[in-house]
Amino acid sequence: MIVTDKPSRRGALKCLAYGGAGTLFTLSGGVLVASDLAQAATKKMKHADVGMPLFVQISDTHIGFNKEANPDVAGTLKESIALVNAMPRQPSLILHTGDITQLSKPEQFDMAGQLLAGLKVSDIHYVPGEHDVADAGGGKEFFSRFGKPSNNLGYYSFDSEGVHFIALINVLDFKPGGLGILGADQLAWLKKDLEGRSASQPIVVFAHMPLWTIYEPWGWGTGDAEQAFALMRRFGSVTVLNGHIHQIVSKVEGNITFQTARATCFPQPAAGVGPGPGPLTVDKAELPHMLGIRSITYTPHPATMTIKDTALA
Amino acid sequence: MKARTIVAALCLSTLAFACARATPEKSDVTIKNFSFGPNAITVAAGTTVTWHNTDGEPHTVVSADGLFRSAALDTGEAFSFKFTKAGTFKYVCTIHPRMVATVTVK
Repeated sequence: MIVTDKPSRRGALKCLAYGGAGTLFTLSGGVLVASDLAQAATKKMKHADVGMPLFVQISDTHIGFNKEANPDVAGTLKESIALVNAMPRQPSLILHTGDITQLSKPEQFDMAGQLLAGLKVSDIHYVPGEHDVADAGGGKEFFSRFGKPSNNLGYYSFDSEGVHFIALINVLDFKPGGLGILGADQLAWLKKDLEGRSASQPIVVFAHMPLWTIYEPWGWGTGDAEQAFALMRRFGSVTVLNGHIHQIVSKVEGNITFQTARATCFPQPAAGVGPGPGPLTVDKAELPHMLGIRSITYTPHPATMTIKDTALA
Repeated sequence: MKARTIVAALCLSTLAFACARATPEKSDVTIKNFSFGPNAITVAAGTTVTWHNTDGEPHTVVSADGLFRSAALDTGEAFSFKFTKAGTFKYVCTIHPRMVATVTVK
């Protein structure tokens, strides 16, 4: 059993400074291992310990947001990008799990694009959040920029390093009460996409809103996601990555691992705490306490891993 | 649809006063604390309804049947739509879809 180095106090302080960073995923013996980016960027991270860097997840950049919870979301995105760029070996691709912008405005998409162009890795795959399809055109701004891989449908798939990536969209229609919906057309496409695929191929699914119900009163879930997972249960390794709730929540169900990511912009309250979801304003000094590092314990033979998220203070 | 868009645009602009004079019936809905208030309104045909977002969070005003759709309204922004036909029109905020309300036109 190998336990990754515990971060030093100095390292922890550095993590504090980059609390908004994304999550690095590596493929180790066929099983995806998540680690905190701030930790990955430190020199103590031995690359052989975690396998090849496969991809980085960035979520909820909310470019255009300028209120109290974080008046400088561009700054915290830049810091997150700097962390990715500082990784000793660059991942092959980046996933952005939505809410690129705050208000779907063209200038906000343009600014996000300029900032994300600062990544050394240019292969970025997007799914929209509900904030990205809130223009009067109902998503025209998003799809004019990022619609090509999906023929403007919002769902698409591709393979990289032997892993099958599936992008799903769950922010265009909603069930009464607010849960996201995939819809019959998308589910039919997914069935076809998975048909005939080897069950030993690792699957990564990414979408903005959580694909399992975390908290129904706040709409933190997707009403018909179960139909999607019924198609995936035969696969040996399915990793589901979402954003939307600006905090890490995870669940393991059989071979399916669910993970929501931190935002790069601001935190949100835990499910059901306070009147509703939205930007959580905390004292500047308090902010790092809202964030945490993720340590990974794993054994190479057989390749299994345990993810542990620890608050920094 | 184009005419409606123009009406909405006029009401959003500095010509709101002139617009209001041109359309005698008007009604207001305030968006506050993640809800539309009043949650259900009844207006006469020809009424222009204006939604005002007073929340710190952005909201949208989108009818379930596609009749009207605002852009994302930031704090202090408003959206107007003139109702010309009778019926009950359900609408939601697509950013916070648990926010559901209705306009009934008689």
